[in-house]
Amino acid sequence: MDVGLFGQYVMNGLMLGMMYALVAVGFTLFFGVLNVINFSHGDVLTVGAFTGLATYLGLSAIGVSWAPAQVVIVLLVATTCMAGLGAVIARYLVLPLKAAPALNTLLLTLMLGTVLREAVRLFYPLGANPQRFPPLLPTTAYSFGNFTLRVDSVMLLLAGLAVIVGIHLVINKTKLGLAIRAVAQDEETAKTMGINFTLIVLVTFAIGSGLAAFAGILHGLYYSEINFAMGLLLGVIGFSSAIVGGLGNIYGAIIGGFLFAALQTIGVLAMPFASAYKDVFAFGVIILIMAWRPTGLISEKISERV
Amino acid sequence: MTAIRFRHVAVFAAALALGLASTSVDAKPKVKVGFIGPLTGGTSSNGIGGRNSADLAVRLRNADPKAKYEYELIVLDDECKPNIGVLAATKLGANKDVIAAATHYCSAVAITTVDVYHKFGLPIIVWGAVLPDITYGNDYKEVHRVNGTMINQNETAAKFMTGLGYKTWAIIHDTTDYGKGHNKYFSKFLIENGGKILGTFGVTSDQQDFTAELTKIKSLNPEVIYFGGLTPIGVRILAQMEKLGLKALLEGTSGIVSDTFLKGSGPLAEGVLAFREGAPTEKLPGGKFFLEQYKKQGYSDPPEAYGAFAFTAMSLILDTIEAVGPDRKKVRDALNNVRGANAADSITGKVDFDDHGQNTIAVITKYVAQDGKWTVWEDSEYAKGLRKLKGM
Repeated sequence: MDVGLFGQYVMNGLMLGMMYALVAVGFTLFFGVLNVINFSHGDVLTVGAFTGLATYLGLSAIGVSWAPAQVVIVLLVATTCMAGLGAVIARYLVLPLKAAPALNTLLLTLMLGTVLREAVRLFYPLGANPQRFPPLLPTTAYSFGNFTLRVDSVMLLLAGLAVIVGIHLVINKTKLGLAIRAVAQDEETAKTMGINFTLIVLVTFAIGSGLAAFAGILHGLYYSEINFAMGLLLGVIGFSSAIVGGLGNIYGAIIGGFLFAALQTIGVLAMPFASAYKDVFAFGVIILIMAWRPTGLISEKISERV
Repeated sequence: MTAIRFRHVAVFAAALALGLASTSVDAKPKVKVGFIGPLTGGTSSNGIGGRNSADLAVRLRNADPKAKYEYELIVLDDECKPNIGVLAATKLGANKDVIAAATHYCSAVAITTVDVYHKFGLPIIVWGAVLPDITYGNDYKEVHRVNGTMINQNETAAKFMTGLGYKTWAIIHDTTDYGKGHNKYFSKFLIENGGKILGTFGVTSDQQDFTAELTKIKSLNPEVIYFGGLTPIGVRILAQMEKLGLKALLEGTSGIVSDTFLKGSGPLAEGVLAFREGAPTEKLPGGKFFLEQYKKQGYSDPPEAYGAFAFTAMSLILDTIEAVGPDRKKVRDALNNVRGANAADSITGKVDFDDHGQNTIAVITKYVAQDGKWTVWEDSEYAKGLRKLKGM
């Protein structure tokens, strides 16, 4: 394989991995603070992407046509709205069920996901059809042999990286992060130390859901298309990535996301005759890894949970 | 008493004789024919258009003084559901007065009802369903079809594309029966016509990311990417082709001939080619006549894309009954004989059935996306040489 082609595969894999990682981090954050699996996470991503698209259409309607302003406003509105939605989900659906078996929360969020997905399909104008997402970033492309590098893809990759670094800093270097880690480690002790448990849970859900909205916009800008069902598979893959990395560990989730993207790309490369089976291949390898390391690649220090 | 009784009988006999005489002058023997299509549900607009068109064929025939019989159309609804379709087919088949029928718009219904028609020996002509197996999956003498299938579509596509001068292809198809069928037939006809396939990629019908497949295709460097599948992933593939800097032309199937594809792709759709069974009605050989007559009858719904085929199917049934009389077996055999030198003329062009009762002279229309509209190739600026397709 020539270098250009290899570069192209790496670039594709990195973009895909970035999206998976962002979704996986959300799953892992929720699990960390509340020991719940929020299956509506993928659909929150969808709603975020559609909120972004609607914001763009609104901006165009009132005459804001300067692309950088559009990108910033679209991102701000989508992430803020989804952060709000995440907090509402946590406050009114997940927290009240805290004492109930974990299975109830799982079912509830699974159904909520369906509600969100169907709501987009039914209430967004022509929501059942794929929607074109506008190219808000510069589309200049540089060709190096078989490698086409687009400015917008590089910007998206850097933005994703910045967000992940930002999350790392928030979790490790701030008081809020310390509180989140404390709640994740031991709820009771954290409470006795004066940490507002409910607030921390809400903030964590807001951060995770905001990340999902960011991933949704990333998805729209990268693929130039969004649709009501996009969150379904992204949710499943994000969840698998979080599991394989070690549920509850942010770095595990990130590694899991990139690993899954790499597996899919390798699947197509290794089996050009059977590219339809790339997901079968990727999930198959994930199952093997789970059999080898049941607690994930980077397991929690105290791993009574998995 | 006897005299009176005799007189009564005489009057009665005279009246009877008069009555009989008047019957033989005015009324013709009645013959029943059937129509089945989706009259309710999501595809009902096509079903109602087909029903009206078949009804038009019957009305025109009944208005013709030279016709030997008076026809009555029995209309049944299949709701585009296989189980309802089987009920409707059984109802028609069991009614021995019904001589023949024009049936089904939905492939899933038609493929389940062909057995019923065979069992009851009821000759039918399919007017809308496109799945090849409806005619090719059995040897039933009762089953015929006037519209084309994805086989005809891909034959036309392969001939047309190689005719334009393209030589190399990569194929992406979804792994449903629809996508696999397209892949199978297009590959077959492409190789027959001298095209070369550099790679074939199956994808799932809800796949989001195609960059890995497209990067592989990029390294194969084909002139054309053939896509056998439906609109949603067609939109994604086209968008990602641009991201990766692929220069190849995208060629689709009937699955992407929709406004949704054009809206979802925006300016990227320009110059994308696609093929579809049937034709805009006004483009058909007898389309103008058909539309005029249809308008005269004052139906409240339009004939839709397949109305002309329902009209053709019903007209062919009526022609056959006129020729051989109202007998299922004779009509069946006469329909099977509509081939070669006996090919029938119709408003959709010639009808020439093969051994499976499939019309081999099927109308296929070539489309190119031009300025955000699916334009019939012959009318497009591409055909006139004002614009150029990618890679030409």
